[in-house]
Amino acid sequence: MSARYLTRKLATLVVTLYVTVSFNFLLFHVLPGSPIQLLARSGHYDPAARAQLIKLFGLNHPLLAQYFIYLRNMVHGDLGFSYVYRKPVTTVLGGAIGNTLLLVGTATLVTILVGVWLGVMAASRAHSLTDASITVTSLALWSMPDFFTGMILIFICGVWTHVLPISGLVTPGLVTGTWGHIVDVGRHLILPALTLTFVNAAEFSLISRNTLVDVMVEDYMLTARAKGLQRRTIVWRHALRNAMLPIVTATALYVGMILGGAIQVETVFSWPGMGLLIYNSVVQRDYPVLEGCFLLFAIAVIATNFISDLLYQVLDPRVRRT
Amino acid sequence: MLAIVLVVIMIGPIIFPFDSQSFGTSAASILQAPSRAHWMGTTELGQDVFRQFLVGGRISLYVGLSATLIAIVLGAGLGLISGYYAGWRDTVLMRITDFFLVLPTLPLIIVLAALFGQSIFVTSLVIGLTSWPQTARIIRSQVLSLRERPLVQRVRSLGAGDLRIMRKHILPNVAPLIFANLALVLSGAVLAQAALAFLGLGDPVQVSWGTTLHNAFNSGAMSQGAWWYVMTPGVGIVVMVLAFSLVGHSLDRVLNPLLRGEE
Repeated sequence: MSARYLTRKLATLVVTLYVTVSFNFLLFHVLPGSPIQLLARSGHYDPAARAQLIKLFGLNHPLLAQYFIYLRNMVHGDLGFSYVYRKPVTTVLGGAIGNTLLLVGTATLVTILVGVWLGVMAASRAHSLTDASITVTSLALWSMPDFFTGMILIFICGVWTHVLPISGLVTPGLVTGTWGHIVDVGRHLILPALTLTFVNAAEFSLISRNTLVDVMVEDYMLTARAKGLQRRTIVWRHALRNAMLPIVTATALYVGMILGGAIQVETVFSWPGMGLLIYNSVVQRDYPVLEGCFLLFAIAVIATNFISDLLYQVLDPRVRRT
Repeated sequence: MLAIVLVVIMIGPIIFPFDSQSFGTSAASILQAPSRAHWMGTTELGQDVFRQFLVGGRISLYVGLSATLIAIVLGAGLGLISGYYAGWRDTVLMRITDFFLVLPTLPLIIVLAALFGQSIFVTSLVIGLTSWPQTARIIRSQVLSLRERPLVQRVRSLGAGDLRIMRKHILPNVAPLIFANLALVLSGAVLAQAALAFLGLGDPVQVSWGTTLHNAFNSGAMSQGAWWYVMTPGVGIVVMVLAFSLVGHSLDRVLNPLLRGEE
C-alpha cells in the first residue's frame, strides 16, 4: 500500500466526515421545522423563559456563528443534552453503544460465515436443485422486513414454546454470578441476533454465489482442475479468494443495512441498544439523542467503508499495483 | 405473482369494503381467531383483519410507487447529466451521490420522517429522496459508454443539441435499464415504508400494512397469541416485495448489459 494512496484516502475520509457533520447541522438546526427553533417559537412560554431558551441553544447568534459553535462542540465531543434523560447525549449513547456492538457484531460474524458458506454451496453446485432452493430461500428471506422476521421468531420461540426469552438484555430480578450473567445475556442475545442474521445472510449468500459463479469459469479455475485438485480445495482456496473483493465491498455497504435492521430488531426485542434509543427518542421527540445516534451511525458506516477500501489493497494484488 | 398481488389490492377492497368506523362492541369481538365471519380474525378494536389488510395494501403500494417515482426521476436525471457531460459536473454529482450512498438509509429516513411529520406524502417524499443514488450510479455508467457510440457521435456531427441527443437517443437506450431498476427500487421502498410505519412513523389515518403491524405489536396482540393479526399484513409485505424484486431481477438479467453474458 503506497503512502500516497493512504494519504488520499485519509483526506477523503476527513472531508466525508466533515460533510456528514455539516449535513447533520443542516438537518437538525437550519431546516424549517428544526426542533429547537420550534421549541423556542412555541407560544406557551413567557418572554423570559423564551429568551433563556434561545440563549441556552445559542439561537441568538447568527447562523454562521451557530455553525462554528456546533463544530467546536463536536470537536470537544459535546453532542448536546438529552431532553428526556436529563444527561449529556454522550452519556446516554455510552450506555447503549456496547449492547448494539454486541448484537450487531455477533450477527455480522454469523451472517458472513453462514452467508458465504451458503453461497459457496450454491455456486459449487450451480444450476442444481440445491442451488435453486438456496437462491429462492435467500430471495424470500431478503424480502422479509427485519421486524416481521423478529415477530415470527417471537411467536415460535416465545409465545408458543417458551424456549427462549423474547425481550430485554437480562432476566429482571435474576441474581447470579458473573458466569450466570453471561449465560443470561447470551440467551437473550440469540433471537435478536438470529433475526438480523436471517435477513442479511440471505443477502450475502446471493452476492457470494453470483461472484463465485463468475469466478468459476475463469481460466485459472480450469488450470486448477487440470492439476487434479480436489473440488473442495478448488472452491474454498482458489475461487473464494478471488471472489473475496465483492464480499468485502458488500460487508462495508451492508453495515448500513445491518444498522437499519438493528433499529427494527432492537425495537421488537426491547434490546437496550442504540436502535431502541432511536426508536424511543423518536417517540419521545428527544431530538439531541436522535441527532447523536444518527451521527454515530453515519460515522460507523463511513469508517467501515474506509477500512474496506484499505482491505482491498491487502487482498487484491491487482489493485495494489495500480 | 405480481399480477395476483395487484389484483387482490385493486379489486379486493371493492368486494370487501373496510369500514374504519366500525368497531367491535363487545369484549368477545376483539382479537377473535379466524372464523367464517372474519376470515383472518379481528384486531384489538374488533375490526376485521382481512378487510383492513386489503385496504392497507393500497397504501403500501401507493407510498412505494410515489417514492419510487421520485427516486427514479432523480436518479435517472442525475445519472444522465453526470454521464453525458462527464468532466467537472460528473465529478461533483458523483461525489454527492457517493455521500448519499454511504449515509445509512433507514436511520436517515427515520430522522427525516421524525422531523417533517407523518403523512403518506412525507413518507413517500422522504423514501424517494433517499433511494436514488444506486439508480444514478447505474444509469451514469451506461450513459458513459453510450455517449461514445458512433450513433451519438454521428447525430452530434449533424448538429443536434445536447438536450435533443439526451432525449431522443440516450434516454430510449437506457429506458430498459431504468425499468429494471424501478422494480428493485420499488421493493426497497415498500420495505422502507413498512419499517417506518412499524416504528410508528407512518400516517396514523391511512393504515398501511406496516401500521397494522405497529398496532398489533403495541396492543399486545403478540402475547395474546393473535398470530392472524401479525401474519396477514406481514405475509402481504413479503409477497409484494418478493414479487417486485423477482420482476426486477429477471428484467435486470435480460436487460443489463453487464449481466447479460452470464449463464
